[in-house]
Amino acid sequence: MNTLLHYLGEYFGTSANWSGPGGIPTRLREHFGYTLLALGLAFVIAFPLGLWTGHTGRGGAVVTLIANSARALPTYGLLVLLVVLSGIGLVPVLIPLLALAIPPILLNTYEGIRGVDPALTDAARGMGMTRRQVLFEAQLPVALPLILVGTQTAAVQIVATATIAAAVSFGGVGRPIVDGLARNDYTLVVGGAALAAVCSLLVLAIFAGLRRLLVSPGLR
Amino acid sequence: MNLGIPSYLGSFTELLVDHLVMALGASLLGLVVALPLGLLCVRRPRWYPPVLACASVLYSIPSLAFFVLLIAFTGISRTTVVIPLAVYTLAVLIPNVVDGLRAVPESVRQSATAMGYSPARRLLTVDLPIALPTVLAGLRVATVANISMVSVGALIGMGAFGSLFTAAVQLDRLGLAVTGIVVTVVMALVVDAALLGVQWLATPWLRRTRGRTRTRSGRA
Repeated sequence: MNTLLHYLGEYFGTSANWSGPGGIPTRLREHFGYTLLALGLAFVIAFPLGLWTGHTGRGGAVVTLIANSARALPTYGLLVLLVVLSGIGLVPVLIPLLALAIPPILLNTYEGIRGVDPALTDAARGMGMTRRQVLFEAQLPVALPLILVGTQTAAVQIVATATIAAAVSFGGVGRPIVDGLARNDYTLVVGGAALAAVCSLLVLAIFAGLRRLLVSPGLR
Repeated sequence: MNLGIPSYLGSFTELLVDHLVMALGASLLGLVVALPLGLLCVRRPRWYPPVLACASVLYSIPSLAFFVLLIAFTGISRTTVVIPLAVYTLAVLIPNVVDGLRAVPESVRQSATAMGYSPARRLLTVDLPIALPTVLAGLRVATVANISMVSVGALIGMGAFGSLFTAAVQLDRLGLAVTGIVVTVVMALVVDAALLGVQWLATPWLRRTRGRTRTRSGRA
């Protein structure tokens, strides 16, 4: 424990680590940039698909199959495969991130909408709501907690995988970890790991805030 | 059978044994800790929210960060890879253990007590068997994720088949990455099927009334 604290003090106490292209603020900004981009893209793809499959009940088996098989894919392997195939760049890293982030959002949106009490859907229809209104004003608010959980899982996965992406010459908080391992510089390794943990805790905090803000008080 | 794996990485069998020992060891360790913790949360419901919150915080820590922080305590060893994976397994399993135990019908519990079962005997021969399908559903999700995540250990030199990915980058051999991914996915499928077989053998009373268990989404 003491050695860890020593390395942490050394990493965060060195002023040179707080500025420049390899500085802590830059690394955090890079990491959150990748995470937001990947999560945004995954959401734009998975959320409408989940709404549609959940509302119509069609394609449920396919959704479950995709979610289950995605879990078996080794992310590190996927990263390496795409980088060896198409060289270093943003796109080869984005593809594995999307492959990881889409299934939990898709599955939870599908299951959330699917799992809404049919009596509620019937009541909404009985009140004269259109299909669109039933989906967006009755089913979606009830499914929202589960959808947020799925999106949080996706965000946590992206943060973790973007860390690993440093092994294939990517920036972000994984960079100091991988560089430190290569140079046997444990200060860098521990510093990077602490930054990665901070990133994931921030994601949890953001989602806790979103839950408070978006989920109807009646459902909490 | 060596599938073009460079000899310095070890033989196919060595890598296979290494990979399975780490992945399954983590699953087993997670299960052994999750059962008493889940039981505690069922007996003392007030403990459940804080235990769940701790689990989800630990679950969100990126695997690479978790590995390198543990090097300070356990060195570069299998244990360093097994502990984080066991923690992730734990986080996936606790809700399943709690849900499974809570789903035991009160009438069944009372019948067992009325028949003179001691609390310990009732737990082992009535409660746990009824909870088994739910627990095993979680264990399958966690084990498949563990098998794919062992590969990340390659970044600290303990990745079993993950070392194929590192070698693929270093030697610029696409085939190695493909081999690694295929072998990992096949391993995951086989172990998943094996666990399903265990469930089939252990729950003879479910065979005629096709019971379906719900799975939760995992992480990578």
